[in-house]
Amino acid sequence: MVYMTGPVIRLNDVSQVFGKHNGAVTALAGVSFEIGRHEFVAIVGPSGCGKSTLLRLIAGLVKPTSGNVEIYGMPVTEPRDEIGIVFQRPTLLPWFDVLGNVTFPLRHKYGRVSESEREQAKDLLSLVGLADFAHNRVDELSGGMQQRVAIARALLHDPDILLMDEPFSALDALTRDQMSFDLLRIWSERPKTVIFITHSIQEALLLSDRAIIMSKRPGSVREIKDVDLPRPRTVATLSDPHFAAMSNHLRSQLLEINAF
Amino acid sequence: MPSSASNSVWRRVLSFMDKLTPALTFVAVIAVWEIACRVFRIPVFLLPAPSVIVNAAFDQQAGIWLGNIWATLRVAIAGYVVAIAVSIPLAVALVSYRFLSRTLYPALVVIQTTPIVAIAPIIVVTLGSSDLPRVVITFLITFFPIVVSTATGLEATPPELIELSRSLKAGRVREMLHIRLPYAVPYIFSSLKIATTLSVIGAVIAEFVAAERGLGFYIMFSTSLFEMPKAFAGLVVLVTLSMLFFCVPKAVQAWLFPWSLPKSNR
Repeated sequence: MVYMTGPVIRLNDVSQVFGKHNGAVTALAGVSFEIGRHEFVAIVGPSGCGKSTLLRLIAGLVKPTSGNVEIYGMPVTEPRDEIGIVFQRPTLLPWFDVLGNVTFPLRHKYGRVSESEREQAKDLLSLVGLADFAHNRVDELSGGMQQRVAIARALLHDPDILLMDEPFSALDALTRDQMSFDLLRIWSERPKTVIFITHSIQEALLLSDRAIIMSKRPGSVREIKDVDLPRPRTVATLSDPHFAAMSNHLRSQLLEINAF
Repeated sequence: MPSSASNSVWRRVLSFMDKLTPALTFVAVIAVWEIACRVFRIPVFLLPAPSVIVNAAFDQQAGIWLGNIWATLRVAIAGYVVAIAVSIPLAVALVSYRFLSRTLYPALVVIQTTPIVAIAPIIVVTLGSSDLPRVVITFLITFFPIVVSTATGLEATPPELIELSRSLKAGRVREMLHIRLPYAVPYIFSSLKIATTLSVIGAVIAEFVAAERGLGFYIMFSTSLFEMPKAFAGLVVLVTLSMLFFCVPKAVQAWLFPWSLPKSNR
């Protein structure tokens, strides 16, 4: 990568208005922040604060009404190759097996998948703990396993940036914690700049270097909080007094936001 | 423990009965029909007994049956195939281009709401007396559900998959071929099942208007001579044909697209 200094992602006074005239809804108003290389940033906020819109703006799927998004100093005008996305639902394709789903982006973009790419996909499946399931049908997998496949799919072209839109919110609490620790392991093995959208305070604190707290209607940045908990983070982190203190702080912030 | 043993026997009998119920119902209806015809001495030209119908069917030469079956079947199949070949690309076009859906869709609704029986004679006059007008009539009655169902399936694709496709900049053709069309497969096949019976209806209507062969023609001709047992025999053959045809798309789906079936049906 030529561009090594400065922020990887920068938002300059981004606003997003949907609809026109009287029906117009301001989803985001004047959002600015920067994210550095290999930083793990959580975006926390109540429903309707424009978190998902923010993610789509960074992915280049939506154009901001005003302001701009820069990746490596270049304004984002269309989807870029440096980005991998994991959605809230796994959205796997039932007509491919697990391996076929992981390699789908290549097949979809270039029309073919080489043998070495297939091997890479198998490596990714081992990375997410599904080495033995390469040839299973996707509907034979549990929700957590399906989301692991979706993570492997997003990592296939080795993107510098991983955008995750509440990826664990549909999972049960136990699976969710397990997925969080696994994501941290994956992130330490393959460092990436990660934006992780969530409405769970615990998830945000456990995973991130910084948590951006959003307020709603219109969505804007309320606070950017450094999460200075030591890494690697483990189950023990959850009972750290500092974790509890930060958790309380964020909770009171979010409750205040929701009160309006 | 004798009570539990007899219990399991009883359970077996019950489950066997449960499997047989549809067949038993069918047999019971036929029996009531037969008995009613005999007891009340219903005239044959009003309602022939099942035994009389079966006799009439076997009295007719096999060649005549085969000729009539083939005449109806080839029109139904041709209309069905043309309907598929037109409807699926049409649905793709309607979903892809807003302009087309604004201009073509109202026209399609007009065609669908026109009673095909009413325009069948006009089509026969316009297109002559070959198989062509019959295939056109069959097509007109068959295509609409396939268009609507396919379009619904193409639109039902999860938005995340479309976003995934757009984030890869794969292009709209690949989005359609790799994501939307496969996603529409269950929708397409449910309409293809309905379309089989519609295509048989279309072929029969066409024969009512103008034909010298086919099961619809056979039924009408027999009725005009008051040969009701023959007319009913024709009807039985037609229904059997229609039911067999109905099973074809189901078998094709299970063979080529097993993933598109609900888990319990695999």
